[in-house]
Amino acid sequence: MITMKKKLFFLTILLCAAAFVSGCGSPDGKETLTVLNYGKYFDPEALEMFEEETGIKVEYEEYESPEEMYTKYKAGSIDYDLLCTSDYMIQKLIQEGEVLEMNHDNISSYQNLDPKIIDASASFDPDHTYTLPFFYGTVGILYNTDEVDAKETDTWNVLWDSKYDGKIIMENSVRDCFLVPLKQLGYSLNSTDKNELEEALQMLLEQKPMIYAYFVDETGDEMAAGNASLAVVYSGEAAYAQSLADNLAYSVPKEGSNLWIDSWFIPKTCKNQENAEKFLDFLCREDIAKMNFDYVFYATPNMAVYENLDEETKNDTTIFPDQSVIDNCEVYVSLDEEGTDLYNQLWKKLKSD
Amino acid sequence: MHKFKRQFLSGPYVIWIFGFIVLPILMIVYYGVTDSSGAFTLGNITAIAEPIHMKALLMSLKLALICTVICLALSYPLAMILNNLHLKRQSFVVFIFVLPMWMNFMLRILAWQLLLSNNGILNTVFEALGFPKVSLLNTPSAVVFGMVYDFLPFMILPIYNAMGRIGKDIVDAARDLGCSQFQVFIKIIFPLTVSGVLSGIIMVFVPALTSFVISNLLGGGKVLLIGNVIEQEFMQNMNWNMGSGLSIVLMIFVIASMAFMNSHSKDGEGTAVW
Repeated sequence: MITMKKKLFFLTILLCAAAFVSGCGSPDGKETLTVLNYGKYFDPEALEMFEEETGIKVEYEEYESPEEMYTKYKAGSIDYDLLCTSDYMIQKLIQEGEVLEMNHDNISSYQNLDPKIIDASASFDPDHTYTLPFFYGTVGILYNTDEVDAKETDTWNVLWDSKYDGKIIMENSVRDCFLVPLKQLGYSLNSTDKNELEEALQMLLEQKPMIYAYFVDETGDEMAAGNASLAVVYSGEAAYAQSLADNLAYSVPKEGSNLWIDSWFIPKTCKNQENAEKFLDFLCREDIAKMNFDYVFYATPNMAVYENLDEETKNDTTIFPDQSVIDNCEVYVSLDEEGTDLYNQLWKKLKSD
Repeated sequence: MHKFKRQFLSGPYVIWIFGFIVLPILMIVYYGVTDSSGAFTLGNITAIAEPIHMKALLMSLKLALICTVICLALSYPLAMILNNLHLKRQSFVVFIFVLPMWMNFMLRILAWQLLLSNNGILNTVFEALGFPKVSLLNTPSAVVFGMVYDFLPFMILPIYNAMGRIGKDIVDAARDLGCSQFQVFIKIIFPLTVSGVLSGIIMVFVPALTSFVISNLLGGGKVLLIGNVIEQEFMQNMNWNMGSGLSIVLMIFVIASMAFMNSHSKDGEGTAVW
């Protein structure tokens, strides 16, 4: 019995050692590309295709929020070759000198991208030298068509209507929450003016007793379950919720809103810029962009994909906002330290009330 | 030789303590007393006096206190009843208490989210019975509810253990000498279970005071506890210094409450939490 146990013990040790050696053994000289992206934001099949086509191994990592990405990147324990994140966070990183210029000549499929969206990126990348847009969308109101009249939702004001007491969901992130009263008051959503922001805070405080909850990722499911009638959401989240329930509709109020553009950039830690550009070229290719569009279902700036979509999808204003809506929207600009502190202070004031 | 061996065996534990307890605490203290440029400051600690932080801290203390009182009120009678049942298989009782802890506590809280929401199971039942719907979720009460649900076993177990240790002959002797049921409780059972009660209080109060996940999930982002403020400072504002400073304040509160409890327990049994 003892010998049996001993044998088992040694066998286990051997197995562990084998696993260890194979795990740590040097790869067969393959080049690798370390990519950091939002969660569920790239079709895994497309990643495999890239590996097969180029022989470059992709170390793919995901994160939840731009702030988390920043912390991860700044921690410096992993050298990333390619990153995808949101407009204002890219601007912050550009200002900190963390971003390398990309060579568009190496990215032949760059021409597939919509010049209008590239133009809109100018607010965070003025000369279009650092970024490559991936998906874009708006922030608006997702509402339950059984309980809310479509006409009411063309203004943010509906979120202060006492009819919907306890049936409103607001965004649980500081800038997406403050953009609502700022736009309602006719100010810029990038305002750092103390008086304007105080005014916005007063409106939010007034609204707080009527709020069902402040959510981010839960909003889609909660709306589909009918737990609330109105919610402030990203267009992508709205499209997701609509795929779950038929009685939901999305509207961007006339006072204007936020246009967000998630883009790729090459960080300073990149070890092989050529491979990174190969990956960018790959993801702008029509077939790959289509795969990712079907996977993510956000508005793609890839015109080659857009042209070949069926009419119904093309005309789905939840996914692809009208040009007039885009013109009416602002892109977030990164705040300086003072502005960030002010926003955070007001946010805590709102939450602790 | 023996001594050397023993020290050698404690090696992994020493490394563990240093790497995962001492070092992180030192880092928190370092961040807590410096500003973003690395200069010494007490601003992050005194920041607790800001009205916003004070509000969050008082809210945390209030909810933790309510949670502890409810847990105690539920646990003590329950432990007594279970103890008086004289079950043959006492271990089975303990097993029943520990059973919910086999499942991840986040999942259990998420389940409550579904039960309590506006169109949730509870409201559906209310509606079917002809009662009006009630908004239960996303209120401080829902947060307290979640805390009680999660931390109740930590209160029951030490009290139940303390009761189980009381010798039957002591109770019999008291009855022989003319004690009434009530006197037995006041003179014998309660004093002998105080240690269990105190350790139960600590094991419920401390996690309730520092929790932030439950308030996030059942408070719908409307209930701001000091734990949420700290989380926000770290994750959203990237102000590690402020987050650490507030953590230090919270640690002081935790240590103070534990010291207070320890100084009030007569025997050391069951209270060896630290």
